[in-house]
Amino acid sequence: MKQHAILRVTSKVLIPYILLFALYVQFHGDYGPGGGFQAGVIFAAGIILYGLVFGLNAARIIAPPSVLERLIALGVLIYTGTGVATMLAGGNFLDYTVLQYGVFDGTVLADHLPQGQHLGILLVELGVGITVAAVMILIFYSFAGRERSR
Amino acid sequence: MEQHLPVLLIITPLIAAPLCVLVRQRVAVFGLALAVCWAVFAMAIMLLARVLDSGEITYQLGGWAAPWGIEYRIDTLSAFVLLFVSGIGAVVLSFAPHSIAREIRKDQHYLFFTEYLLCLTGLLGITITGDLFNLFVFLEISSLSAYALISLGARGGVPKTRRALIAAFHYLVMGTIGATFILIGIGLLYMMTGTLNMADMAVRLRETVEINGSFKQVNETRTVLVAFAFLSVGISLKMALFPLHMWLPNAYTYAPSVVTAFLAATATKVSVYILLRLIFTIVGAGFAFERLPLDTELMVLSMIGIVVASVTAIFQTNIKRMLAYSSVAQIGYIALGISFASPDGLTGAIVHLFNHALIKGGLFLAMGCLVLRLGSTELDDMRGIGRRMPWTMFAWVVGGLGLIGVPTTAGFISKWYLISAALERGWWPVAVLVLLSSLLAVAYVWRVVEAAYFQDAPEQHAEVTEAPVVMLIPTYALIGATIVFGLWTSVSAGVARQAAELLLEVTP
Repeated sequence: MKQHAILRVTSKVLIPYILLFALYVQFHGDYGPGGGFQAGVIFAAGIILYGLVFGLNAARIIAPPSVLERLIALGVLIYTGTGVATMLAGGNFLDYTVLQYGVFDGTVLADHLPQGQHLGILLVELGVGITVAAVMILIFYSFAGRERSR
Repeated sequence: MEQHLPVLLIITPLIAAPLCVLVRQRVAVFGLALAVCWAVFAMAIMLLARVLDSGEITYQLGGWAAPWGIEYRIDTLSAFVLLFVSGIGAVVLSFAPHSIAREIRKDQHYLFFTEYLLCLTGLLGITITGDLFNLFVFLEISSLSAYALISLGARGGVPKTRRALIAAFHYLVMGTIGATFILIGIGLLYMMTGTLNMADMAVRLRETVEINGSFKQVNETRTVLVAFAFLSVGISLKMALFPLHMWLPNAYTYAPSVVTAFLAATATKVSVYILLRLIFTIVGAGFAFERLPLDTELMVLSMIGIVVASVTAIFQTNIKRMLAYSSVAQIGYIALGISFASPDGLTGAIVHLFNHALIKGGLFLAMGCLVLRLGSTELDDMRGIGRRMPWTMFAWVVGGLGLIGVPTTAGFISKWYLISAALERGWWPVAVLVLLSSLLAVAYVWRVVEAAYFQDAPEQHAEVTEAPVVMLIPTYALIGATIVFGLWTSVSAGVARQAAELLLEVTP
């Protein structure tokens, strides 16, 4: 791809915005459309675009497969960890309302989402986002790297 | 923490699985997985005790009340299935270290434990949940990890072939078709009832609604008929009911021994559990057996399945494949028991879930011992092995007797219930067929006995010695259990009867 200057320049310009948009979808998911899954896919798309234009090896340097594998596990742990935290706080598994009293002082502000629910869904979606992004990139690596490993 | 027991049962292996990926170190991962599996087994025992003591237990995830939120609901049947799935999971994992050292590449060991725990999570989740969509999600968790587990046999597997990949892919294609059918069925039911909670759905299916100017019950609509058709075909594929069993023999033959033992003992059984839930809890036996001819259908297919699969088993030269075909036949017995729709028949089906899990689990663990020492699963290589590996072969023979249904083994108890259910209905040909199929089992078990005890060992196996004790102990735990539960039936058959009566009772 060395000769495709236009592709290289445009993707260099685009990739930061793709990643930024992923973060927007991730953290705005509890107010509007979006959430962890969509954000994870968009984030992975940014990395995959980088891999397509600058080569698989370059992508493997910025997102090493061994790190991705651990991130997949970490995301699941964030999700289940949130559930365990709500159980320790005295509620059922994934009952975010108890976070309202455990983490915050328990008052629900006017014109505001209940903070416990908000925090709970934010953490869970973060876990989903991390796992989905890592899985997407790893799937791309396994397909793109097939010939090489032979 | 007592009231959180239902969810702890699911999330303990679910949390341990990603931890295995983070830890990676082989010994530590094995220790973690082993501790988790036995802890889950202990929790399942506590749950069964509580259910028998005080009746149904429910747990609301996220604190959302039942028809809206996801609910875990444990009655006698689910507690019983949870018990033996987690028990088999713990015993088979205890067997694993030596076996996977031989059959799975070293750098993939932590993946094996991760997938094993995920598969266990999925199977337990299917059994515990009271929400139909949640059931589908757990079904996918268990199936996807099962495909990956089977494909682990492709590298460093015994015998050295990469056919495990094709077998896993075949299973993936068939399993995905099954899962898609199940999802379509769930979607159609959701469309007609507006609920995913099984108990709520059962109520709403019997409500009267106005459709195109005429009043009828929801379950009289064509949409529900189509949903039921999709669901029953999808589940039959998953439980390998003849003639939808084509994925099973290769998957069991080429998977690593530990994986075969675990999946053969649990995966198809849990699919049968889904079928029981669908028929008796959701649509009702009246709908499935009187309005629709599912009972006749199950009976015909299971009887053909029993004979065809048993005869096919006789002609196999690969013992793992022979046992796989025998599994198809055993699923036939279970389906036959369901088709009677009587307390005896259903008890026979449920208790055979349990008994067959023990018998096949034990047999495949014995196969794991043989593979470790022989590096082969061919009948020819088993010649004379009875003298070189007496303990392993003795376990195999006892398991084989269980398959035949010899008195004092667990297999006898199941067949006793099936035959008495058939006689109760006056269906003599069915009873005769069950007895005749036992003779077919004698034929395929005898072929192995003859080779192992009455033929001389080939020269290349002169050095073969007995399997290590740490592998024999789990093998004998399962094989011993088939004798224990053949003599002492109050836990297995007693609980199964209670579960069967509860299922038939809720049927209007």
